[in-house]
Amino acid sequence: MSMFNRLKSATQSFSLYRQRKSNTGLSLYNEGFIPTFCPFSRRVKSLFFQTVFVTSISISTAVADENLGPALKPNLGQPAPDYIGSVVSPDGSGLPAGKGTVVAGKAIYDAQCAACHGPDGKLAANPLAGGLGSLSSAKPLKTVGSYWPYATTLYDYIARAMPYNQPKSLSANDVYAVTAYILKLNGIVHKETTLDSSSIVNIKMPNRGGFFELQE
Amino acid sequence: MVDDDLHAVARGGLLHRRLLLKASALGIGGSLLTPARASEYWQNEAGAAQSEYGQPSSFAHLKREQTRGHPFGPEAGSSSSPLQNMNGTITPNSLHFERHHSGIPAIDPTIHTLTLYGDVKQVLQFSYEDLLAYPMESHHYFLECSGNSFRNTFAKPLDLTAGSLNGLVSGAEWTGVPLHYLLDEAGVKKEARWIVAEGADAAGLTRSIPLSLALDKVLVALYQNGEPLRPAQGYPMRLFVPGCEGNISVKWLQSLKVQKTPAYSREETSKYTDLLKDGTAEMFSLEMEVKSVITSPSGKMQLNRQGVYEISGLAWSGAGAIRSVEVSADGGTTWAEAVLQSDAKPLALTRFRIPWRWSGQTSTLQSRAIDEKGNVQPTRKVAIDRYSPAGFYHYNGIQSWQVSTDGVVKNVYV
Repeated sequence: MSMFNRLKSATQSFSLYRQRKSNTGLSLYNEGFIPTFCPFSRRVKSLFFQTVFVTSISISTAVADENLGPALKPNLGQPAPDYIGSVVSPDGSGLPAGKGTVVAGKAIYDAQCAACHGPDGKLAANPLAGGLGSLSSAKPLKTVGSYWPYATTLYDYIARAMPYNQPKSLSANDVYAVTAYILKLNGIVHKETTLDSSSIVNIKMPNRGGFFELQE
Repeated sequence: MVDDDLHAVARGGLLHRRLLLKASALGIGGSLLTPARASEYWQNEAGAAQSEYGQPSSFAHLKREQTRGHPFGPEAGSSSSPLQNMNGTITPNSLHFERHHSGIPAIDPTIHTLTLYGDVKQVLQFSYEDLLAYPMESHHYFLECSGNSFRNTFAKPLDLTAGSLNGLVSGAEWTGVPLHYLLDEAGVKKEARWIVAEGADAAGLTRSIPLSLALDKVLVALYQNGEPLRPAQGYPMRLFVPGCEGNISVKWLQSLKVQKTPAYSREETSKYTDLLKDGTAEMFSLEMEVKSVITSPSGKMQLNRQGVYEISGLAWSGAGAIRSVEVSADGGTTWAEAVLQSDAKPLALTRFRIPWRWSGQTSTLQSRAIDEKGNVQPTRKVAIDRYSPAGFYHYNGIQSWQVSTDGVVKNVYV
């Protein structure tokens, strides 16, 4: 499909979508949601712009007519201004205060991680290190060092899901330290490194440019 | 006696689908299993009493094949729907496929909450009871793990059932609250482009979803096939993103963070990305591709007689409705169009059927689905060539079942 047609179909779909939303009384566009945003991949575009959006016109109209759903919204959400979520993103949002060194990380890793990942992070069942340059080979080895695009992901995942048998048991300092040590195992940081919420954001992972995002 | 030559639509014994309307003339039974020619049977005493929660017949032995997780974490595994033992398009809740990243949590709905936060005008928290009070929608949708059929990417075909090979897909009626009701209530800020959904399981599974997608057909699902979600499906609540790879329909949903970028979580970077041969990888390949599988006759079955059978199977596509399904009985040389169920829906499992006469010849049965966007299910070779040799997600190649001269059906590569 040509770029022109892709844009054209996306524009048409959005205008229909906008009409649909206004019919059902939603206010997202009134609040400034700009309908020129087009984040979809070729794949997802074909799904949600060209197919579902178009076919959804009659469906959503019928829903609006028959079931007045939005008009019956009870608005029961309770304000929770103090909520602190756990999601960490590459821009550093969600990272807590704290810091950890490679040296401290090694001690935690040896005690809590090495059994499943190997002392050097190279246990075949759950490798964390190695594999650099292997991705285009017949036997790619996807590890933190060879594959992961962002160091913040390492923090996020360790904090939420590791150690496997005791998730969320590590302090923020511990997580920074283990993250630093795993990066060290991959040769991405040196052994004197201390990691915190600002330094982790600046780490350039080797495979950062290795991904093609199907959401534009 | 039907003259097959007048009704043949492709080689290898495929017969015209209109003959399904004349099934009695052909002597087509619904099942491959030849029923015992039972004498008339009456129960001569009172049967079992009614029950609080029903169970299947003790004569029906349906079970899911399981794939255990890591030796240290067997609960981080999966179970497949026994496609070969089912018919229609709805998967019973007890047989719906499962995939867990750190087991199934037991969540008390009175303490579970769903929080919307991040780039919203007001952070809002909803209890399970709150959500039960919202307007809901019900839709038939398929759900497919992005790793479904991964065993068919292996170098040699495994002699397994349809369910073991392809059963990480199921179909159900999902009921829940349209997510846009909740996002609208919290007030999405204009710079927001993504939502990040987080589960309450031990893995804290986290996936980012484009806001535009989240505002369309996505549900906070509370019911599956009419009953509250099973724990294995996310009780008390899960996200449901129709047409997309299963793991973004985050189970045990406990928070949705609205933000400008994806979180680039571990699952969406290191795991559910698709490595290509050049070493680069596709990220956020969310839509599941057009696909089908013949469920009967299928792997590990045994044809016990020559004669007419109904070839039957399932087709689905993340791009919308199934337009047609073609069936071959000669390994893909000639094809004939199957009958689709009359009430097929977009983004849902669609049943197809076509009559076939087996005369004892070696036959290779295949199905090829085409969706309403014109996407055609590829051959295994084409499907595999898209990705790195190590890739196994989003595999949608044509499934081939070979029937030997002695009636044994097994998985083959053509």
